[in-house]
Amino acid sequence: MSKHTLSVLVENKPGVLTRVAALFSRRGFNIDSLAVGPTEIEEISRMTVVVEVETGALEQVTKQLNKLVEVLKVVELDTSGAVHSEICLVKVRADATTRSQVVDTVNLFKAKVVDVAPDAMTIEVTGTADKLAAFLAVLEPFGIKELVQSGVVAVGRGSRSITDRSLRSA
Amino acid sequence: MSDTTKQAPSPADVASLARPRPTHQEQPDQPVEVTGAQSLVLALEAVGADTVFGIPGGAILPAYDPMLDSTKVRHILVRHEQGAGHAAEGYASATGRVGVCMATSGPGATNLVTPIADAHMDSVPVVAITGQVSSAAIGTDAFQEADIRGITMPVTKHNYLVTDPAKIPQAIAEAFHIARTGRPGPVLVDISKDALQATTTFSWPPKFDLPGYRPVTRPHGKQIREAARLIAAAERPIFYVGGGVVRAEASEQLRRLVDLTQIPVVTTLMARGTVPDSHPLNLGMPGMHGTVAAVTGLQKSDLIVALGARFDDRVTGQLSTFAPNAKVVHADIDPAEIGKNRAADVPIVGDVREVITELIQQIEADRAAGSDDPGAWDYSAWRELVAGWKETFPLGWTDSADGTLSPQYVISRIGELTGSEGTYVAGVGQHQMWAAQFVHYERPNAWLNSGGLGTMGYAVPAAMGAKVAEPERTVWAIDGDGCFQMTNQELATCVVNNIPIKVAIINNSSLGMVRQWQTLFYGARYSNTDLQTTGQRIPDFVKLAEAYGCLGLRAEKPEDVDAVIKQALETNDRPVVIDFIVHRDAMVWPMVPAGVSNDKIRVARDEAPVWEREE
Repeated sequence: MSKHTLSVLVENKPGVLTRVAALFSRRGFNIDSLAVGPTEIEEISRMTVVVEVETGALEQVTKQLNKLVEVLKVVELDTSGAVHSEICLVKVRADATTRSQVVDTVNLFKAKVVDVAPDAMTIEVTGTADKLAAFLAVLEPFGIKELVQSGVVAVGRGSRSITDRSLRSA
Repeated sequence: MSDTTKQAPSPADVASLARPRPTHQEQPDQPVEVTGAQSLVLALEAVGADTVFGIPGGAILPAYDPMLDSTKVRHILVRHEQGAGHAAEGYASATGRVGVCMATSGPGATNLVTPIADAHMDSVPVVAITGQVSSAAIGTDAFQEADIRGITMPVTKHNYLVTDPAKIPQAIAEAFHIARTGRPGPVLVDISKDALQATTTFSWPPKFDLPGYRPVTRPHGKQIREAARLIAAAERPIFYVGGGVVRAEASEQLRRLVDLTQIPVVTTLMARGTVPDSHPLNLGMPGMHGTVAAVTGLQKSDLIVALGARFDDRVTGQLSTFAPNAKVVHADIDPAEIGKNRAADVPIVGDVREVITELIQQIEADRAAGSDDPGAWDYSAWRELVAGWKETFPLGWTDSADGTLSPQYVISRIGELTGSEGTYVAGVGQHQMWAAQFVHYERPNAWLNSGGLGTMGYAVPAAMGAKVAEPERTVWAIDGDGCFQMTNQELATCVVNNIPIKVAIINNSSLGMVRQWQTLFYGARYSNTDLQTTGQRIPDFVKLAEAYGCLGLRAEKPEDVDAVIKQALETNDRPVVIDFIVHRDAMVWPMVPAGVSNDKIRVARDEAPVWEREE
């Protein structure tokens, strides 16, 4: 079993997210993370799905996704050929005695403080799953009150675009 | 469908006689102002639907008003929506044309779920149209509201929720296109009541908007060459033919391929008739209840050429021990089937008719060019071997000692007296397997059954649909006493609409296949399989048939069988139901128990084939 990142281009229509998500569960695949949003083409949305599967099963799930009428294209983005990133907002306990230590950690990880309260801070951090995990491990002793993550988004390196060609006419 | 229409005027005919109204014009080029409901009926006419099986109800009600005026679309009022769905399947399976069913929102729509799932498993082109509550009420748990689009997502090829009346023609056109192209399947179009009531414009043909739907039909030349090369080099090749060949209407091409190569063939449950049973190279049906020759032929082959088949577990048995020495050429229009269960050495994505046509051309060209291998294209030793199995282990049965009827005898007599131009529709269970084994199929589309989903109750409504599609054919529903009681209310539909099907109930007073498994695997403890349809006769099927206005007949002894079948064949003014009281302990043989290697096939209870030498 290994993690794979799939970029799924879909028509921007109601119900598409349900179809894609339901397909994963029906065929017995677990979704690690799922991020959906618009693309540079108005009628097309892009889903980034991270799944943990065997290689054979990955081929099957890709073929099944391609069968969905509203799915336009499925591309696997591997770690070396693509940039992966996700955003995380974390609310951590920080009062007058610990605030400066938390801010040091924030600076070390090139994260950003987005909200401050007398006894807590909210921090925004972006990066790979590894970086986020490391950051959260350092914050852990201060006391994490709340945590939200966007799920991975990814894009291939270089000048080529997966929305190129045929899709523009769609 | 001409003569049935003549005998039974559709409501539309009656309506048009009673009060002349402007009929619908030939497909208007210019947009015309209509209601959404009229737009729906015009779209159905334009797309070529001639029959709709359905039941009206609140949300779909607006559509039924213009339906009354349509002279092109015949609506057949069924008694349960499941019947409408299976009838649409029967219509589609008998002809290859798209079958149409219609129901209202909520329970009407949910009653369609079983036939939709059935059509999805067996790749039957069906369009289901359902009414939905008004768009403003969607999501409020309104009366008769069900999220049928959400419910049917996993069991449809695609589905729509239409709330904009202007989108109705496009949704219908796309639904028919998707249902019948690529790998066929069911498409549901759910239309809100307000969309049906609103005023809109209708024009035809609408523009398709399906950028993500591009089925590959043309096989890749390199893969065809590679397949031909493997076929030439093989010593023990076999064609494993599935239902895709029926759907692709590729039987003629397949027959030519078999004759050209002289390679033995197995025809799966879904492919019975694609190669005639009389063809000497046809080994019959593979799988759990397949012939010894077909099961063993696959098992001992060195090359499986799978054509429109999907390596279903009922065919392969235990997958890890299935045909262990075979390379696999797998041709299917659905790329997801290739490599799903069994890895393919040569995957070919394409329409199986085009695949076979190109394969024939390639093999002919290769043969003309000659080969260095003296054994190329020579399978005579293998042919002799499989012919031996076929001869040594024919299908058969042992009559019971007490003189009661053997179900296999009844079914084989129905086939023999009706002939190969008849259409045979089965339910699910022992009678289905016997009908697949003991009727001789000489043409595709002669055998309809619920293969993938295994839906009990399929036979009567599907036979009704097949008879409507091809009224000139004799259509038999070969049913079990369990199955028949699930959908027999459609006999009313058959009588009222003059659809004279023939129903043979193979009545063993049990859920027979379950009983067989209880006999074999549960120590003959018959938990909840006794239906009491013989003896006490609850119900009495002859009386039930008569209550519906059918001819009801019964046979209990072998000498009665031919007479009642002949009487049924001569009766064409109403449906016929024959109650065949058969031997209860008859079992389906051969058998490979579930999850076991196909090497462990049993010809009969405690009787495995004895091989003369290790093969």
